[in-house]
Amino acid sequence: MSEYVAHQFEDLEQQRESTTLGMWIFLATEVLVFGGMFLAYIVYRIQFPAGFAQGSNETLIWAGSINTAILLISSFLVAIAVHFAPAGSRNLVPLLLGGAAVLGVAFLGIKAYEYTHEIHEGLFPGKHFHFPGTPEPGVEMFFVLYFTMTALHAVHVIIGIGLLAALALRYRLSRDPVRLAPSVDLTGLYWHFVDIVWVFLFPLFYLIARHHS
Amino acid sequence: MNNQAVRQSSFTLVALFVLLAATIALAYVDLGHLHTPVAMVISVAKAVLIYLVFMNLRHEKGLVLLAAGAGFFWLLIMVSLTLGDYLTRHT
Repeated sequence: MSEYVAHQFEDLEQQRESTTLGMWIFLATEVLVFGGMFLAYIVYRIQFPAGFAQGSNETLIWAGSINTAILLISSFLVAIAVHFAPAGSRNLVPLLLGGAAVLGVAFLGIKAYEYTHEIHEGLFPGKHFHFPGTPEPGVEMFFVLYFTMTALHAVHVIIGIGLLAALALRYRLSRDPVRLAPSVDLTGLYWHFVDIVWVFLFPLFYLIARHHS
Repeated sequence: MNNQAVRQSSFTLVALFVLLAATIALAYVDLGHLHTPVAMVISVAKAVLIYLVFMNLRHEKGLVLLAAGAGFFWLLIMVSLTLGDYLTRHT
């Protein structure tokens, strides 16, 4: 078992703290990327409460709920992988990381099904937007935000799947997998963050007005 | 090795699922104006669990905690100033 300190660092602890700090600074910028969109959501929802309630009841609650569960489980797998990565287990760690990546793919599959369903129903904003019944003002704006924010989140999921899969493979094939423990750590932070964004997207898009449905 | 860490993460996952079930169930109950605030409190609770346990923030020190909090502090400024405008227009 061996861990490495790059030459610019004093010791392992300083190296760990520096890489972790770097990732958290990146995640702070991510909070602002999504934060700007959440702010747009807040402003429009205050303006069009009825339209947002109406739009929300057209989303597929079962799909959103299953997808939340999928991301929570995949986050759990990554958290376990992070704990075992410094032990150099070439079987367990790639299995956990690969499992998390597969769950990420399942998430995207369900999301793709939802998009297909919504586009088919005419809910994609634009010239062909069509809402069943009498649309309240702002319902189309609800779907503008729904598609934009879930798509930006999906892009993050795609990046995360790539990182997790590549890391699982590298860990499996590495002669000295312990060396990859910091990468497992940082990739884990990114994946958990993507999970947290979804934890807020889910109630704000799927659960606004279910008691009226 | 690390059995305690596995146990903590498992408990956290169970807690996250309980919160998920609660937020879905409460969505069908008529809570009036408290609807979204309750959903947001549950989401914040989930996020805090993920931050502290899965992302290991409970074992981090000053500088990392500052970086982790900075994004939310800036977000708070952005949201409160914007709402300070939108909610006080009275037109």
